[in-house]
Amino acid sequence: MSLRSRWRKIMNVVMLSLTGLCALFTVSVLFFILGYLAWYGGKSLNWAFFTKLPVPVGETGGGMANAIVGSGKLLLLASLVGVPFGLLGGVYLSEFGGQTFSFFVRYTTDLLNGVPSIVMGIFAYTVVVLPMKHFSTLAGGMALGVMMVPIAVRTTEESLRAVPLVLREGAFALGASKWRTVATVVMPAAMRGIVTGVMLALARVAGEAAPLLFTAFGNAFWSSGWDQPIASLPVMIYTYAISAYDDWHRQAWAAGLVLLALVLVANVGGRFIVSRGIALRRG
Amino acid sequence: MVMKTSEESRPTESAAGAATPWPADIKMRAAGLDFYYGGKQALHTIGLAVPTGRITALIGPSGCGKTTFLRILNRMYETVPHARPEGEVLLDGEDIFSLDVVNLRRRVGMVFQKPNPFPKSIFDNIAYGLRINGMASRRTLAELVEKSLRRAALWDEVKDQLHKSAYAISGGQQQRLCIARALAVEPEVLLLDEPCSALDPIATAKIEELLFNLKDLCTMLIVTHNMQQAARGADYTGFFLMGRLIEFNKTAMIFKTPARKETEDYITGRFG
Amino acid sequence: MAHLITLLAAASIIVVTLMLVYQLFVNCSLPRHKFGFEFFLGKTWDPVSGVFGALPFVYGTVVSSALALLFAVPLGIGAAIFLSELAPTQISNYLTFVIELLAAIPSVIYGLLGIFILVPVLRTVVMPFLKDTLGFLPLFKGPIYGLSMLAGGVVLAIMIVPFIISVSREILLAVPVEQREAALALGATKWESTWQVVVPFARVGIMASVFLALARALGETMAVTMVIGNDPRISASLFAPAYSIAAVIANEFTEATGDLYLQALIELGLVLFLLTILINGLARLVIIATTQKGTTQG
Repeated sequence: MSLRSRWRKIMNVVMLSLTGLCALFTVSVLFFILGYLAWYGGKSLNWAFFTKLPVPVGETGGGMANAIVGSGKLLLLASLVGVPFGLLGGVYLSEFGGQTFSFFVRYTTDLLNGVPSIVMGIFAYTVVVLPMKHFSTLAGGMALGVMMVPIAVRTTEESLRAVPLVLREGAFALGASKWRTVATVVMPAAMRGIVTGVMLALARVAGEAAPLLFTAFGNAFWSSGWDQPIASLPVMIYTYAISAYDDWHRQAWAAGLVLLALVLVANVGGRFIVSRGIALRRG
Repeated sequence: MVMKTSEESRPTESAAGAATPWPADIKMRAAGLDFYYGGKQALHTIGLAVPTGRITALIGPSGCGKTTFLRILNRMYETVPHARPEGEVLLDGEDIFSLDVVNLRRRVGMVFQKPNPFPKSIFDNIAYGLRINGMASRRTLAELVEKSLRRAALWDEVKDQLHKSAYAISGGQQQRLCIARALAVEPEVLLLDEPCSALDPIATAKIEELLFNLKDLCTMLIVTHNMQQAARGADYTGFFLMGRLIEFNKTAMIFKTPARKETEDYITGRFG
Repeated sequence: MAHLITLLAAASIIVVTLMLVYQLFVNCSLPRHKFGFEFFLGKTWDPVSGVFGALPFVYGTVVSSALALLFAVPLGIGAAIFLSELAPTQISNYLTFVIELLAAIPSVIYGLLGIFILVPVLRTVVMPFLKDTLGFLPLFKGPIYGLSMLAGGVVLAIMIVPFIISVSREILLAVPVEQREAALALGATKWESTWQVVVPFARVGIMASVFLALARALGETMAVTMVIGNDPRISASLFAPAYSIAAVIANEFTEATGDLYLQALIELGLVLFLLTILINGLARLVIIATTQKGTTQG
């Protein structure tokens, strides 16, 4: 074999192996992250974490009960905004839309999806916090809700489009109107994909801290009603992680584990629900 | 059915181990060749000798295995998982399955059904094979590209647009470009898989003519759906049916006095 | 009726986006009038004296993102090549699924691991090594704190790699098999046919994926602010702490005293918004043009 062919063969094996290493490296990062969080976070997780309020620095035994509930309230509020607009918008694009207007809506949706989350926070600040003159759950929920919309719209549209034409035609042939068909035949058929889309959207905003920094802000205690500042898991993780106190660091790890577990379960679960039906894009 | 051979040239190893002479007028030979896709057998005991410097056509209905057979000769089946040949295929007496596959493919070139030029200029398409095989220096590159294009009867049409994209020319011209590209690396055998099926009659005629003129350069094996094409241009013809080689002979014999009933039925159009 | 309701929902998306732009613009009128274009050239960010220059943040954002691309693009394209050309379909799908999960991990978690694992490793192992071997370069001069531009770049790289891999893999899978076969039939090795024919065929789509990843990197907030050092200085050294636009907004928004300060931060937000929208918009147009699947693709 000539020198040249030998060189080419070597290059072939070397470069192809390198690509395999790249893939291996990327995959191992995920397992590394999971492992570390499971280890450090697991060590610090205890019952107090889930049930107690934060305690002043120096004391031990505090928890993040308010942050967990806070995240829950924020997500609930976000869903109230994100789900209706997302679903209805997706229905419009899939079932009713005209060519040009739909194109603009889709393009804008994708652009909105690309807006940095901190800018969403500024938006919610100017629209909710400034008029109210203080931080609130409402402001945080609104920021998160707007972030949910693009994801929900896209997955709803794709799920609806995946429903075969024959199903719709069956309903039309029986005399059902367009709206009735969509509501009673198409949407139920697409429900798996739609639910998964909502789950993924929730998982995405559940982990966001940036838009909450100056909307929901944070709270060392329970937050009542919807117009008070409120604690959330991601913001607590951030605040505790950058602090100088070891006890808070431990709690940050624990919170990180809880948050990651929730997000990954939602993601993996969502994909399993849909299996190979529809290709879902992350936001 | 195996074509009778004569003449002796280089001695070579056969499956039996004893040195037997490899005749100069045979370029490639398959013996007892079976082929499997996973558990399904696609080719059964194919034995065929491809004559040197001639055009051999393979005809037969869709799915009869002729393209499958063609793609074994340059080991292109290896891109498909679970594809597996068993048996012997020799190129100038050497077992192709033990040869270095990269080198084999330079010696046994292929032109595909649909033209598939690279997203490069016309010049770079031809130069590609030359570059990777180290067959040209910067000075000789332009000459060799021109030589290939002339052989493919394309030079006059594209000589002023060598640096334009290969997609800027017509389908027929693109196919001739692919032929030129394959010829540039000086293959000993050229495999053509229905090269004209995507082209109009005029482009087809041009390519048939150019293939005829290439006989001195390399041995050609062409799979075709078009019996008239085989009857017109090929020296030898093989008829495949359901994964078996039914008959192989000089073209004139196959079309005028076929030895097997199946051949006769196919040629007279009794089945597709 | 249903048509109207859903139409309104869809239209509201456009309305909200317009409102977003409007609010951003209107709420930074003070610094816009006071500094005008000088805002982007000013090197000093001194809230106490009321001097607001955006350059350190633009520098930090751009350099950290560029660093991230430097690491993530070869890694991402390499992995995408492996997943599309080499790995058997089952394994490729499984690995891609795992890699896409990386994209779902919240930014704060990357930040957490960044502070407690990446930064100490950089500070104790990587940076001293770089300083010893390549310390003559201005890139690797200066004191080692750990929290640095380099840390920011590395964290961002890990965060954007899944996007590059995911999109590039699909683009590569879409390259017609005849292209690969044509190269192989000429006697090319698998690597040669992949790198010299398949990848160039897919280059536009791959570029688009890189743009998308860049847009993502520019807007990342939490992980960056936790490791980059948060110091508004412009330094050639990668060891020096730096500051990004998103990070300064995150840190100083609630502390901002006075309207000018707050609005200067909002103006930074506007800049970031325009930058990411521009890059995202370009990337999406490219994807639309090349895949013809419209804007419903990620």
